[in-house]
Amino acid sequence: MAHPLIAWALALLQTLLFIASAPLLAGWIKCVRCVLQNRASPSVLQPYRDLGKLFRKKVVLAEEASWLFRSTPYIVLGTMILAAAVIPLVTVRLPTDAIADVIVLVGFLALGRFFLALAGLDIGTSFGGMGSSREMMVASLAEPAMLMAVFTLSMTASSTNLSTAMHYLLQSGLVLRPAFVFTAAGLMMVAIAETGRLPVDNPATHLELTMIHEGMILEYSGRHLALMEWASEIKLMIYAVLIADIFLPWGIATRFTAWALVMGVVAIGAKLALLVVLLAVIESGLAKMRLFRVPEFLNLAFLLCLLGLLSHIILEVGI
Amino acid sequence: MAVRASGQPVRVSQYRLSVAPEEWGRVAEEAAHVGLRWGGLWAEDRDARIELTVVLEQCGIYLMVRTRTTDLAPSVASHTAYYPAAGRFERRLTDLFGITFRGQADSRRWIRHLAWSENEFPLRKAYSLVGHDGAAVRPDSGYPFLEAQGAGVYEIPVGPIHAGIIEPGHFRFQAVGESILNLEVRLGYVHKGIEKTAEGRDPDGLARLAGRVSGDATVAHTWAACMAMERAAGIEVPVRALALRAILAERERISNHLGDIGSICGDVGFAFGQYQFGRLRERCLRLHAELFGHRLAMDTVVPGGVQPDLPTDGAHRLLEDGIELRQELEELNAILSENSSLQDRWCMTGILPTETARMLGVLGYVARASGVDFDLRRDVPYAPYDTLKVRVPIATVGDVAARVRVRQEEIDVALGLIDELVSVLPGGPCRVPWSVPASDAEGLGCVEGWRGEHLAYVRFGPDNTIARYYPRDPSVFNWQALEKLIIGNIVPDFPVCNKSLNGSYSGHDL
Repeated sequence: MAHPLIAWALALLQTLLFIASAPLLAGWIKCVRCVLQNRASPSVLQPYRDLGKLFRKKVVLAEEASWLFRSTPYIVLGTMILAAAVIPLVTVRLPTDAIADVIVLVGFLALGRFFLALAGLDIGTSFGGMGSSREMMVASLAEPAMLMAVFTLSMTASSTNLSTAMHYLLQSGLVLRPAFVFTAAGLMMVAIAETGRLPVDNPATHLELTMIHEGMILEYSGRHLALMEWASEIKLMIYAVLIADIFLPWGIATRFTAWALVMGVVAIGAKLALLVVLLAVIESGLAKMRLFRVPEFLNLAFLLCLLGLLSHIILEVGI
Repeated sequence: MAVRASGQPVRVSQYRLSVAPEEWGRVAEEAAHVGLRWGGLWAEDRDARIELTVVLEQCGIYLMVRTRTTDLAPSVASHTAYYPAAGRFERRLTDLFGITFRGQADSRRWIRHLAWSENEFPLRKAYSLVGHDGAAVRPDSGYPFLEAQGAGVYEIPVGPIHAGIIEPGHFRFQAVGESILNLEVRLGYVHKGIEKTAEGRDPDGLARLAGRVSGDATVAHTWAACMAMERAAGIEVPVRALALRAILAERERISNHLGDIGSICGDVGFAFGQYQFGRLRERCLRLHAELFGHRLAMDTVVPGGVQPDLPTDGAHRLLEDGIELRQELEELNAILSENSSLQDRWCMTGILPTETARMLGVLGYVARASGVDFDLRRDVPYAPYDTLKVRVPIATVGDVAARVRVRQEEIDVALGLIDELVSVLPGGPCRVPWSVPASDAEGLGCVEGWRGEHLAYVRFGPDNTIARYYPRDPSVFNWQALEKLIIGNIVPDFPVCNKSLNGSYSGHDL
């Protein structure tokens, strides 16, 4: 173990890297999507420019906006940063590992969503309310599936601690676990629903009546909107890193040497870039599903996660 | 409906009939009895007496029934009992002329927002065009929308300003959860006073104005207006001009269908289709700009012909463009029809049953996707379609998928027509000089635009001036179909249903 100060500095750096590179991931998705749709793409750095522009713009507040509406962007971004801090990105065995609990992580995400939904209702416009109600419908179905996936991981590693689990997976080497195949598929579906991507939600739409996530943040502008956008980019990154960490943990640094850390950065970068290509392919090939198909979609995700858990119990626990 | 062997030229038949004001209600009764289609209603202030005209159609024969009342604020029987779609026309005339329609259950104002008061009637001759402070119009609040009550019922107001770059219109939904109980469309936000502005114009000026009734249907509106003026003046348009007008109208049909199919993809989150069809539409428009000097070919149709003439390489380029477009569409249409997630959104969404479509007198592809087999180009063939064989694609389901399919096929038909027209493009002049019509000469122009049947009524006053112009855009009927077909659908499906109809706000509001 390195000196505690260095370890804390590394933990801080890792979190900063996490939140700073989230817009890059969003930019990369846009690029891949554009290429798949045969169009010229904006620069991968475009999300940074958009955030910069929004931070410089004036905030326009509705007259009915309460403290809740004004503070929600900070709360949402705060919970996302905290969640990002507990997820191993480049290296494991950091001091933040102590709270790197998957249930805590689910809790952070739920806390952010709780405030987001309240803020959607706060102004009293019908679009915000519709967005909140739809978000809650999606969340109530996605969260159990997510927890089911998390339990499969925890049972495999005998710990709900993400860092410990990853360490266990790295040590046990390349083992084909049928449980993880099901869980990976289920978790990816949850990730698509939770981050508001197609075919569940369309992040690029201008049609208020069809919006879920965008509906809730429709009344936000300027710096508030920038915080919200940034938070949702971080959320996307959280899910992507989580999937990469659990199902493809190889490459992450387990020692604090410069070489291991550089390799850790390269590994996670490559994994994320590939995952996002997969996401963009899915998004380009599908239309958004009818709202009442979303429960079917998430039920399938839940079923897959449950199958993962069951096959773990049947195939691995019995031995 | 109209049954006719294609290929034989048939003279366009229009008949006029005068009735006494007391008989006005019986007109609708008798017409409904024999199953005539109710096609539009307009009025005119003639020497401080209101003259009402209704257009009825069957089997391609148009009947204009007219009544001349005795005063400026007459009271006549409403046609709504037999033709529900007449309601909007009558409310409009109440707002603009002060006519009372007995038996009209809906007494709410329609086209009048707050730009003029309850006691002013802009289309009366006494109402001056100038001297009104246009900037001082108050925002229109307090329009009495239908209200639904009950546990869990809530109201969603949308518009008039929308997030996309579209025209203004207000949609008021009553919903339970995500299911739509009722939709009420409120239009009139782009009322420009087209009819009042037209009064006193010369034929060229009216053609330019008609081109601006609805920008996306500029060729159809201008052609209909020019046809009405030419019929009034008894002018024979040269064959080359007629062929060119048809080419323009078919190109307009293609470019609008392309853009709309793209948008229908975009409204269900299928960005690939949106961008590809958007690209094809843009290609079309750029060719228009090169060949006709305007992306929408605005002001190309003029009284007496077409101006400018097609450039010398124009025919060749149109043929070449058609070949390329066909190739691209073959590929893209296959992608759309094979994408199950896309078809899942379109199929059984926004169904307009045949009976409803007939009851409302819905027009164009909206009607044809619901099994109403009517197309002016085949059933009331005007030159140059009287020498062409026009295939009319029909679907029966009446959902979004059917409307998309009909429009895809209409593109194909239009490309075929352009090929035919271009390959035997007659020579000769493309415009004849205008001859001044007699005072009181009138004409009705009927054109199948891309949205459906466009009517234009023109009556000349003295000295070659326009006394009355009324363009009847097909959207007036199709907007009413939207309110019907959306019931029972879910709120997030509204945009795609709306786009699959794509009514013109401007063409409705005038």
